[in-house]
Amino acid sequence: MQMSSRMKNILTPIIAVLLGVLVGTIIMIASGYNAITAYQALWNGAFGDIYFIGEVIRQTIPYILAGLAVAFAFKTGLFNIGVEGQLLMGWVAAIWVGVSFDLPKIIHLPLAVLAAGVAGALWAFIPGYLKARFRVHEVIVTIMLNHTALYITNQIIRSVLSDGKERTDMIADSASLRSVFLEGITDYSRMHWGITIAIICAIIMWFILEKTTTGFELRAVGFNEHASQYAGMNVKRNIILSMVISGIFAGLAGAMEGLGTFGYMAVKGGFTGVGFDGIAVALLGGNTAIGVVLAALLFGGLKVGALNMPLEAGVPNELVDIIIALIIIFVASSYIIRWFIDRVSKKGVK
Amino acid sequence: MKKRKFGLTMSFLLAAGTILGACGGGDTDEAEKEGTTGDSGNKTEETFKVAMVTDVGGIDDKSFNQSAWKGIKEFGEENDLTEGDGYTYLQSQSDADYTTNLNSLARKNYNLIFGVGFMMQESVNEIAAQQKDFNFSIIDGVVEQPNVASILFKEQEASFLAGIAAGLTTETNKVGFIGGVTGAVIERFEAGFIAGVKAVNPEAEVEVQYAEAFDKAEMGQSIASKMYSSNVDVIIHAAGGTGNGLFKEARDLKQKDPSRKIWAIGVDSDQTAEGVVEIDGKEQNVIITSALKRVDVAVKDISAKAKEGNFPGGETSVYTLADDGVGLAPINDAVEAKADIEAKVAEYTEKIKSGDLVIPGTLKELETFSAE
Repeated sequence: MQMSSRMKNILTPIIAVLLGVLVGTIIMIASGYNAITAYQALWNGAFGDIYFIGEVIRQTIPYILAGLAVAFAFKTGLFNIGVEGQLLMGWVAAIWVGVSFDLPKIIHLPLAVLAAGVAGALWAFIPGYLKARFRVHEVIVTIMLNHTALYITNQIIRSVLSDGKERTDMIADSASLRSVFLEGITDYSRMHWGITIAIICAIIMWFILEKTTTGFELRAVGFNEHASQYAGMNVKRNIILSMVISGIFAGLAGAMEGLGTFGYMAVKGGFTGVGFDGIAVALLGGNTAIGVVLAALLFGGLKVGALNMPLEAGVPNELVDIIIALIIIFVASSYIIRWFIDRVSKKGVK
Repeated sequence: MKKRKFGLTMSFLLAAGTILGACGGGDTDEAEKEGTTGDSGNKTEETFKVAMVTDVGGIDDKSFNQSAWKGIKEFGEENDLTEGDGYTYLQSQSDADYTTNLNSLARKNYNLIFGVGFMMQESVNEIAAQQKDFNFSIIDGVVEQPNVASILFKEQEASFLAGIAAGLTTETNKVGFIGGVTGAVIERFEAGFIAGVKAVNPEAEVEVQYAEAFDKAEMGQSIASKMYSSNVDVIIHAAGGTGNGLFKEARDLKQKDPSRKIWAIGVDSDQTAEGVVEIDGKEQNVIITSALKRVDVAVKDISAKAKEGNFPGGETSVYTLADDGVGLAPINDAVEAKADIEAKVAEYTEKIKSGDLVIPGTLKELETFSAE
């Protein structure tokens, strides 16, 4: 008898994380650092203080949404590498609404969030349409659109949202997700209300995919395009729809950065990395809503905790990047881990 | 049967848990240790601790951040502080890290915390308002708070002198300027440089291009490559880590064709070491000089003042040529016009120091500028 596949799905990422930490430890010891102090510093920097917990949640918010974006497209068999670009478009749209209008909060904030979602959706519509209509591979289109988005947003910041400066003004308070209350209970961290949006989005994703006909169709297309077509589903429509919804999540991730963490947007020399980390988050989370939330929390903790490592343990924080990379490698090679679990369980039978 | 398999997996997990648990055990040890340092916390009030947060360029950008760190290190060594406890730095991997890093250092009781680079202005403003017991300092920006010392430089004076060197060295009468991110600081470099070139060589053209990044050496290299191939023979950069691409390109070109006369000019620190090329066992250098922005001097100065209790909070200190806050590094011996350059540099340095000549700090001021 085999172990239930559900069990395996849960075990694989956990083992991947442990292996990542283990190999990370070996690397640290090999390079002459004290691994235990390093992990303590990592832990203290992530959860050692209410301030850091707030910062971890703040970092987790965009990770959840970026992870959801990747995971959603993946369920339909699409690899949306363009989350980064959609995020930037969402960010700039949210800021645009945030600085240009003066409205009551009840209208202004939802409008800014909505604008970000729409911007992300439109940016993701392009690869979706090209894929559905002309069979252009979405990976290539989205990668190119990432760069396009980077330079378009830089140009918008310089020429439209400011007069030639390198950053926009602060958004109006009525469009801000920041909260005195949340900052108060977390000792001035930048934690903001975006966490509720992120959680709601995770629930929405689960609901759409698992409980609606549309979701069933989307997944069916992901499993087998031709069979879905034969069954009478509109494959093209589903591909575009999947990319658009994925883009909405990505755009919202941008809104979280714009309306929550920063309150402005600065000209960027390179990508934020959140969109790409989203791929890793989705992968580790097994492309499920709850998995993405947990993986995002792990990555958020690692990223924020890493900042403390040079201070407390004298270990360069690049080491955490190595550990994250290792975790991704182990998740990606989950086949090996599954094979190992299978072997262990078979031995158990004998 | 199923139970046994499950048991095996569980024991696997348990083993992992034990490893983690071991780490957890260490945790308490460390907590105790921390407790003891907490006891000696009274001491930390006496020992003055200083730290800095880098911008995304990183500590080893061979320019801006590195120069600030040099100043802190020197201050630390002179005052018998230990690295990691008395003085330290934190690197920012993205601009989301600025506030977290500034805050972490305040939480570790660093009395004076430098934010290096104008990109950190907003974050310093935010954290300084929250951590009122600590002193902050922003380099290249202005933050108006009682516990923040703002540091500005007259970069245009240094780059004006560099412009003289470029204007007298160029043979094609085309020189290049590679900027980092468009903004007030780099504009000062640009305006001063163009003014300097024109002052000694009115016929020379200055090609200007911005990389829009301080940490993209590959972009610096491709811009430099384009400029050199369009007959530009002297290029200066004001682009932090991006500028390392300029040096790479210049070295590569020199290596390929040693007879070609191409030059580069460094910025912030004396970057001479970046220009060394070995051709047939002979060392050559493609760097004429560097426009010095003595971030180290400023950092040391502010730290010393803060230690003595004279922290210039709420004030903006401007470092100029007159007080050695900016300047020009020694000229490369291989430059034919070296004597000429040195004479002109001395002449203009005098004029600038005495206040007879005001170097333009913006492109607008440049339009009406005349070196006479």
